[in-house]
Amino acid sequence: MKDIFVLIEHRRGEMRDVSVEMLCGAAKLGGTVVAVLLGKDVDAFAKKAAGYADKVLYVNDPLFENYNSEAYQKALSALVKEHGPGLVLIGNTAQGVDLAPALAVELGVPLVTDITALEMEGDKPKPTRTFYGGKLDAHFTMKDADLYILTVREATFTAEDPSKSGEIVKVDNPVTEDLSYRKFVEYVEPEVGEVDITQSTLLVGVGRGIREDKNMPVVEELAQALGADLAASRAVVDAGWLPADRQVGISGKTVKPKLYLAVGISGAFQHVTGMKGSEVIVAINKDPDAPIFGIADYGIVDDLFKVVPKLVEKIKELKGA
Amino acid sequence: MNMVVCVKRVPDTAESEVHIDASGKDIDKSRLSFGINECDNYAVEEAIQIKERLGEGTVTVISLGDKESDEVIRMALAKGGDEAIRLEDEAFKGGDGFAVAKALAAAIKGLEYDIVFTGALADDDGYAVVPAALAELLGVPHATYVKKVEILEPGKRAKVGRELEGGLMEFLEIDLPCVLGIQTGINEPRYASFKGIKQAAKKEIAIKSAADLGLDASEVGEAGSWAALEKFTPPVVGEMAEILEGEPEETAAKLAAILKEKGLV
Repeated sequence: MKDIFVLIEHRRGEMRDVSVEMLCGAAKLGGTVVAVLLGKDVDAFAKKAAGYADKVLYVNDPLFENYNSEAYQKALSALVKEHGPGLVLIGNTAQGVDLAPALAVELGVPLVTDITALEMEGDKPKPTRTFYGGKLDAHFTMKDADLYILTVREATFTAEDPSKSGEIVKVDNPVTEDLSYRKFVEYVEPEVGEVDITQSTLLVGVGRGIREDKNMPVVEELAQALGADLAASRAVVDAGWLPADRQVGISGKTVKPKLYLAVGISGAFQHVTGMKGSEVIVAINKDPDAPIFGIADYGIVDDLFKVVPKLVEKIKELKGA
Repeated sequence: MNMVVCVKRVPDTAESEVHIDASGKDIDKSRLSFGINECDNYAVEEAIQIKERLGEGTVTVISLGDKESDEVIRMALAKGGDEAIRLEDEAFKGGDGFAVAKALAAAIKGLEYDIVFTGALADDDGYAVVPAALAELLGVPHATYVKKVEILEPGKRAKVGRELEGGLMEFLEIDLPCVLGIQTGINEPRYASFKGIKQAAKKEIAIKSAADLGLDASEVGEAGSWAALEKFTPPVVGEMAEILEGEPEETAAKLAAILKEKGLV
């Protein structure tokens, strides 16, 4: 089997977990695992990656101080052409999704994004991914090619302890062109609100099922009765019914309360990723197929507008007693 | 500035049951409602807002789909879109993000544009391939998960904010023309006015086939895709939640009791 390239993702001095996960997953596929690291002053990441890879290809250049899809694409396509791997794994992250499709088009090789499981048939990947917000698994067969690119959803592979000591090979930056047509400016941190939901013990998470702004008191009363804070799925924040700092998920916050009571939340993986570490998860949703029931401890399949007011009553009774 | 917005009509499955059909490769869509892909709705709004802010320019709406996609196109026209193109051909059927990007690129190449807007990803397949693939095919720069657009110099350069993990934003400057994949929440999509809807109903939607775009059937649709869908299966879930049965009164009481027992109330 030909080499497997794994793109190491890092940002602001941190190597992303998905990088180690992909290295560990790649090691199980057979073949030589090559960690590809583009960065500036990231020797520590090269050392870390070497613990999971047979080889680390490391480009140290100011061009890679911050992510730029054009710089990454040009460097990767040059390295791929030089070394001829059979498979390239890239995290299905804000970075990977920005990069991988353009890279695949440039190289003229097939790509499947956001994979959640992977089998190999010889050198050919047979990836699985989800459709319809996680309601179905879709199984794919890729076209015949010399190289395949996959973007891998976080937690698809399991990170294990380092067991290798790969050779670290520094290579010259293959990119010499002027890339000022796309230029990094700055990072901006999210605003800090009144409530820090990452510190909340009890959270009521509200999703699309609440339907309208004027229905928000339904969940506000529940939160009040419980002494919980309100958190939200992306849809509710997009609609402006709760501020952005209440958003839970990949593009929001990661929370680990004692109780996460998900009301009208379907459970798309982007949201689930941010709350699955909660001690007790309860879901109220009228759709019995909602993925949220797959990770909840307790569920009520019903109309939230019927259940939640009753639940508020019962909680008040219990507290009054 | 001339802008192009790519829109897709998708089934709304967020709160509906999804059933795999007899082919095993599609779902039964007979009881689903359809509408514009969520990100695309924000993309349409962003293009129209930029046109309004600058006080000049055009917004061309493009969709790949059958006649039913016209409702989505007309809604975008009603909100302020100027022209519309629909790409329709048997050959386009079953295409993945790459195949769709090829058809869109062929249609867009003949237009004068400063920015092409797409949604960051589609609600149905979730590929998130179109913006970056389309940009590469057009030979222009791109940015995805865009949640802020500021035109620094019309026709020349823009500053865009990309949404990263954990709510972090990455700002970058990008030369025009470019492709921007728009994330939800960038703006507040408007409702179309009655007048706008009436005017949009009269507008012509140009229909283009693969041949019209100079594309061979082997380049698009399922034949031109990177991978073939073999089958759908229900997702593998871990342990399912313990479902509390009964009328709302009962289920609420059961849940309250559980919360009490666990010391959460």
